[in-house]
Amino acid sequence: MRINGREYSGMAEPRTLLVNFIRDDLNLTGTHIGCDTGQCGACTIMMNGRTVKSCMVLAVQAQGADILTVEGLAEGDKLHPIQKAFRQNHGLQCGYCTPGLLMSSLFLLQRNPNPTEDEIRRGIEGNLCRCTGYVNVVMSIKAAAKSMQENVGKGA
Amino acid sequence: MIPKKFDYYAPASLNEAIQLLSENGEAKVLAGGQSLLTLMKMRLASPNVLVDISKIPNLSYIREEGDHLAIGALTTHDTIEHSPAIKEKFTILNEAVSKIGDQQIRNQGTIGGSACHADPAADPPTALRVVDAKFVAQGKKGERVVPAQDFFVDIFATAVDHDEVLTEIRLPYLPPKSGSAYVKHSLREHDPAIVNVGTVLTVGDGNVCKDLRIGFGAAGPTPLRATSAEQHLRGKTFDDKTIAEAAEKATEGADPPSDVHSSREYRLEMIKVLTRRSLKIALSRVK
Repeated sequence: MRINGREYSGMAEPRTLLVNFIRDDLNLTGTHIGCDTGQCGACTIMMNGRTVKSCMVLAVQAQGADILTVEGLAEGDKLHPIQKAFRQNHGLQCGYCTPGLLMSSLFLLQRNPNPTEDEIRRGIEGNLCRCTGYVNVVMSIKAAAKSMQENVGKGA
Repeated sequence: MIPKKFDYYAPASLNEAIQLLSENGEAKVLAGGQSLLTLMKMRLASPNVLVDISKIPNLSYIREEGDHLAIGALTTHDTIEHSPAIKEKFTILNEAVSKIGDQQIRNQGTIGGSACHADPAADPPTALRVVDAKFVAQGKKGERVVPAQDFFVDIFATAVDHDEVLTEIRLPYLPPKSGSAYVKHSLREHDPAIVNVGTVLTVGDGNVCKDLRIGFGAAGPTPLRATSAEQHLRGKTFDDKTIAEAAEKATEGADPPSDVHSSREYRLEMIKVLTRRSLKIALSRVK
């Protein structure tokens, strides 16, 4: 499989969940386990360009897949516009749900660069947050949309 | 919340998959896994073999054929939700899949998986039953086509045999001047349904009901058709009175449970309410 741009090869028992493989075998602990029942979305990653809950996927199902985790968003020290926006708009408190939210936000904005508030709220339905009440999360995503569009305009 | 141990195969061909299923009595097909893995993680299901069909080519598609629209069993809910053809011609299915879970679940879950899982509280089965979908299964004995009325056999049970794989779902086109709608009542929009209702109708001259199909889910072991209500409205003009009368009859045959989410009585009442709502929405969509 490909993880955050790098080729990787490993072995896993069939019943190993992808989230555990990512965290334990790949040492990418940015992806979190919140509920383990596929509801909270803290484990959300991108597999083959689509967000999935990695606790609801077996590691073996990711054979040959192209995976992006939260660790793959920043370029070295340069934060992704979505990360910057969450930081600047106080879109996180404890930060536990944040990696999953960032991935869902990325998927949403890739598909819909200028979402309405309704579309944003619908897009993050699969990510539960106990701290923020989502208000600043929505603001962060709106801000991220704006800055990503500006970057496109500048050809950056 | 780790499943019990099992063997895993990811065959590259349908024949290989069928062979694996017939050789392993306890095997289960794995597609998106959004329903099956939920059960396995809670150890409510512990198949000792999983046959992952997601690597088999040509099982994900939406094709407009002569008299029906064909959907490959591995087509994800998200793909279906964004299909203009399905939104236009089978709005009921577009609405049903759009109300499933959330983006992540819709990205990974498949229509074939939802149909074969046959959870009565799920969204696609009701819609598929109402449009009289045909289910194509391939097994050791070859291919067979099962109509919707025979497909959903019991809670979590379908007509697909152990050695068979569902490959395609066919939706017969609706005649001109038809409309359809799917409505769901649940605690939060993406929760499993407390009840759900789907309707498909065709209007004749003078706003007369030429054809009507009403189905509901989460009120019995399988999606059920409200045949009394359908018969009542056929041939009559669609108006508030006739729609209300049909809604009253819609619960005949319903057998909803009482559980932590809702009482039986409330579910029966909501079937009537949702029937009324979905008939009106379907009507408003008739062109």
